[in-house]
Amino acid sequence: MGELVVDKHVKYILSVEKRKDSFESVVLEHLRMNGAYWGLTTLDLLGKLDALDSNEVIQWIMKCQHESGLLDLYSIMGGVAFCYAGGFAGNIGHDPHLLYTLSAVQVLALFDKLNVLDADKVANCILICFSSVTFEIVCPLFEILLFGSLKIKISSIPIQLIIGHPFLGLLNFMPDISGLQNEDGSFSGDEWGEVDSRFPYLAICCLSILHRLDKMNVEKAVNYIASCKNVDGGFGCTPGGESHAGQIFCCVGALAITGSLHHVDKDLLGWWLCERQVKSGGLNGRPEKLPDVCYSWWVLSSLIMIDRVHWINKDKLVKFILNCQDTENGGISDRPEDAVDVFHTYFGVAGSLMAFYYLLFHCKHFLKATRATNSTLNS
Amino acid sequence: MDAEEHKLPLSQNPEWADVTPIPQDDGPNPVVPIAYKPEFIETMDYFRAVYKANEFSPRALQLTHQAILLNPGNYTVWHFRRLILDALGIDLNEELEFMSGISENNPKNYQIWHHRRWIAEKLGTDVASKELDFTKRMLFLDAKNYHAWSYRQWVLQALGGWENELSYCHQLLEEDVFNNSAWNQRYFVVTGSPLLGGLEAMRESEVKYTVEAILRSPENESPWRYLRGLYKNDPKSWISDPQVSSVCLKVLSAKANHVFALSTLLDLLSHGFQANQEFKDAVDSLRPSSSDPPDSDLAKAICSILRHVDPMRVNYWTWRENKLPLSV
Repeated sequence: MGELVVDKHVKYILSVEKRKDSFESVVLEHLRMNGAYWGLTTLDLLGKLDALDSNEVIQWIMKCQHESGLLDLYSIMGGVAFCYAGGFAGNIGHDPHLLYTLSAVQVLALFDKLNVLDADKVANCILICFSSVTFEIVCPLFEILLFGSLKIKISSIPIQLIIGHPFLGLLNFMPDISGLQNEDGSFSGDEWGEVDSRFPYLAICCLSILHRLDKMNVEKAVNYIASCKNVDGGFGCTPGGESHAGQIFCCVGALAITGSLHHVDKDLLGWWLCERQVKSGGLNGRPEKLPDVCYSWWVLSSLIMIDRVHWINKDKLVKFILNCQDTENGGISDRPEDAVDVFHTYFGVAGSLMAFYYLLFHCKHFLKATRATNSTLNS
Repeated sequence: MDAEEHKLPLSQNPEWADVTPIPQDDGPNPVVPIAYKPEFIETMDYFRAVYKANEFSPRALQLTHQAILLNPGNYTVWHFRRLILDALGIDLNEELEFMSGISENNPKNYQIWHHRRWIAEKLGTDVASKELDFTKRMLFLDAKNYHAWSYRQWVLQALGGWENELSYCHQLLEEDVFNNSAWNQRYFVVTGSPLLGGLEAMRESEVKYTVEAILRSPENESPWRYLRGLYKNDPKSWISDPQVSSVCLKVLSAKANHVFALSTLLDLLSHGFQANQEFKDAVDSLRPSSSDPPDSDLAKAICSILRHVDPMRVNYWTWRENKLPLSV
C-alpha cells in the first residue's frame, strides 16, 4: 500500500490559488467560500496552515460578510437559504447564504479568529434566515402594509422588533407542518414542506461554534430531523426521502451537537452505513451506487458519532483513498484514475486521517473549536 | 431584441447604453482567484447593475437567462429572475418550458429544482401530471437522481397525481430491481398514498411482491430492507408471518448469495422466532468445510457463517454474536 503524499497535496492546494482559466473556477465562483474551507482545512490537517497568510484570508472572509441584507420572502426554500445582515456570501459581491456562513465561521475557527466576529449578529442572521418563511405565511398583510414591496431591508428593522413581534413570535425555527396543510390535505404555499435536513445541521453547527445554540428552538429542529428517519435507520432530505450518506451525516451531526442521539437507532444505522463499503474498500452513499472518496468522510464521521466505526474495514478504505491520489501532482479524485479537485482532496485527506487517527483528529479539532469559542466568549 | 442585437456584446448594444456595469470585486489579494472569461465578466457586470437598480424589465429577464446559461448555480440570478417574473406577470407556463430546456444539462443543480418548484407551486394542481412527466423524463436519464425524486415526492404531496405511482415504481423495478430509490418511492407510496389505504391494507400484496423480487436477486439489499419496513411497528407479525421465514429458507437452500437471508434469520431469532429443524439443516449445510464442529446454537452458527462469507464486516458480525441472548 502507498502512503498519503502529504507534500504533493499541500503543493496542489496552494497551486489551486494560482490556477487560471479553468471551467471549474467559473462554476465555483459563487461558492468560493466553500473552496476556501476545503483547501484551508486540508492544509490544517496536513499541518501546513501557515503556508498561507492568515490575515489576508481573514480580510477576504470579512469582505464577504453582509452588513445589511435584503429579505426576500419568496426565495427561501429547497436549495436556497439566504442569510441576511451578518451572513456571509460565497464570494465578495454575492448574496449571503447559510452554506457560506458556516464555511466562513469554520475557517475563522480554524485560524482561531472567531473573535473578529460579532457572534450575536451572525446568530441573528441565521435565525432570521430560518424564520422568514413563517413570516410570509403568518402575515403577508403585515409585509405589504409595512414595507409595501417584496424586499425588506432587514438591517433597518431592529432585531427585537422582529423577534418580539406578536405575529413573529412564531419565529421559532420550524413551524408545525400540519398547520400549513389545507383542509383537503394539500399543502398551501408553504416552503417548509421541502426544508432540507441539511439546513438544520448547518444552522445548528454554526450556532454551536458561536455558542449561540440557546437562541434557537432546538426541539423543533430535532423533531424535524427525526421525522426524516427511515425504516432502514438512515435519514433522507425530507420525511420519506431516500436514505443518503450525506444527509445522514447532516442529521446525525445535528443530533450529536444537540445531545439528541437517542433519536438514532445506532445499531440499525451502523449496519446500513457499514454496508456502504464495497469490494474495492471504498464507500458509496446509497445502495448500488459507485464508491466515492467524499463518502469516506460522510460515512466514517457518521459511524464515529454513533460509536460504530470499528464495523467497517479501515485498512481497505484507506487503500481505496490512497489509490485515488495523483501521486505526481497531488490532489485526490472521487475514484481511481479520475481528475482531482479540492473537494475530494479535502474529504480524502480527512477520511484517510480519520480512519486511523480519528481519536487524535477528533481531540485536536474539538480542542481548537473550544479554545476558539472560549476566546470569543471571553472577548 | 432581434437576433442581430442579441449577438452584440452588451457594452456595444444601444439597448444597454443607459446602464453602467458594476465590476466584480474579488478583494485585493484573492485567496482562490478565478480567471473569468470575458463574456462571463461582461454579463455579470451588467447583471450586478440591474440587480442593484431593482430593474424589473424584459431586458433584465433576458439578461438573467444569459447569466443562468453561463452559471446555472448562481442563486442570486435565479432569485432576481423570480422577482422579475412576478413583477412583469409573465405566464409561468412559458417559464416551465424554459426550465425544461436547461434542466437536462443540469440535473443536479439545486437552483433549477428550486425554481421549478416555485413555478409549480404558483400554477397549482393543473400542472401535477406535467410535473410528474417531467421528473419521469429526468429519471429516465438517471433513475437515482436524488433531486428528481425529492421533487417528485413534493409534487405528489402538494399537487397530487398518486393514481399511477405504484405502477411507475413497478416499471422502474422491472427495469432495475436494484434501484434503491424506486424501492424507497414504493414505500413512500404504500405508506403515504391517500388512495391505497395505508401500510396494513397493502401489506399482504406487498410482501408477495417483495418475496418474488428477493428470490430473483437474493443479494439485493433493498427488498430485504423493504420487507422489514412492511412490518414497521409490528414485530410480532414480522416474526410470525411464515412468508418472511420461508423466503429466508428458500434462499438458504439455494446456497448462493445468502448474506441477507442469514442476517434476516438472525434478526428473527433475536426477536424470538423459533426455528425448526429445516432451518437448522439449511444453515448447517452452509458451514465452511474447514470450520469447527456445528454450533448447537443456531444464531451463533449464523454469525460464524456471516463472518466467513462477509469478511469486510467481520467486526459487525462478531458484535452481533456477542450481543446474542444466552438462551437463543
